[in-house]
Amino acid sequence: MPVIDLANPTRFLALVNRVLPWLIAATVMLLAIGLYRAVNAPDDYQQGATVKIMYLHVPAAWLGMMGWAIMTVAALGTLVWRHPLADVTGKATAPIGAAFTFVCLVSGSLWGRPTWGTYWVWDARLTSELVLLLLYLGVLALYWTAEDPGRGARAAAILSLVGAVNLPIIKFSVDWWNTLHQGESIFRAGGSTIYSSILWPLLIMALAFTCLFFALLLAAMRNEILRRRVRAMQMMQAQNLAEAIS
Amino acid sequence: MNLGPHAEFIVAAYAVALFVVAALIAWVMLDYAAQRRILGDLEERGVTRRSARDAQ
Repeated sequence: MPVIDLANPTRFLALVNRVLPWLIAATVMLLAIGLYRAVNAPDDYQQGATVKIMYLHVPAAWLGMMGWAIMTVAALGTLVWRHPLADVTGKATAPIGAAFTFVCLVSGSLWGRPTWGTYWVWDARLTSELVLLLLYLGVLALYWTAEDPGRGARAAAILSLVGAVNLPIIKFSVDWWNTLHQGESIFRAGGSTIYSSILWPLLIMALAFTCLFFALLLAAMRNEILRRRVRAMQMMQAQNLAEAIS
Repeated sequence: MNLGPHAEFIVAAYAVALFVVAALIAWVMLDYAAQRRILGDLEERGVTRRSARDAQ
């Protein structure tokens, strides 16, 4: 099937129905392996067992940012090509991205208390991550409160594009400013500073979370396409009723 | 498994993540069931999409 055919919602639904069971199976398998490896991974020499929070915190942080990156590309599709599937993608991604960003913030806060002695500081990494959550909530508010779905989608797309500025700020905040949050330790020049017995469970958990994210995203996109069909059919029904009365 | 002196923080972090993921899964499943039910009701009443009618 050519990639362009997936822009057709009916063909996209058929693809989702084929891919989703495999994605769910991969998520369950990778989560089982990742959690097993995480439970049996050694403690950190400084942080002790609290390092186990990292296996949730880091994947959630990555996926919170990836969600916004997906919304940014979808926003271009909505504003430039006005493609309905782009709008569906943006609307379906927002609550999932917000949820992962929330997990990142809460798990980070719970990791910070025993490690730094505080749940929260207004340093650049933590603040920019909180801004990401607030941006997600803003996009959701635009989608959920707009009377005209088309106008809501365009407003959300503009906010998605503007909010993309925050992504490099989150990524490089630990380099640009002096932060309590540790610097980059996984993907950095010269290799990761994390020992392999801790790094591998983290990478497997990240892959598991990524599969979970896309499984949820595909399911949410399918729901959104069905919701639009329901709306179109209800409008058709109302039109038929009005014609019958007149 | 010994989670050390800060076990409550580790357990709380995993509990929050589990709750959020469970809520997301419940949301997509319940929403899917609701949309399928409404679509089924509409089709039973003979309402069809314009594209479905054109295809017939």
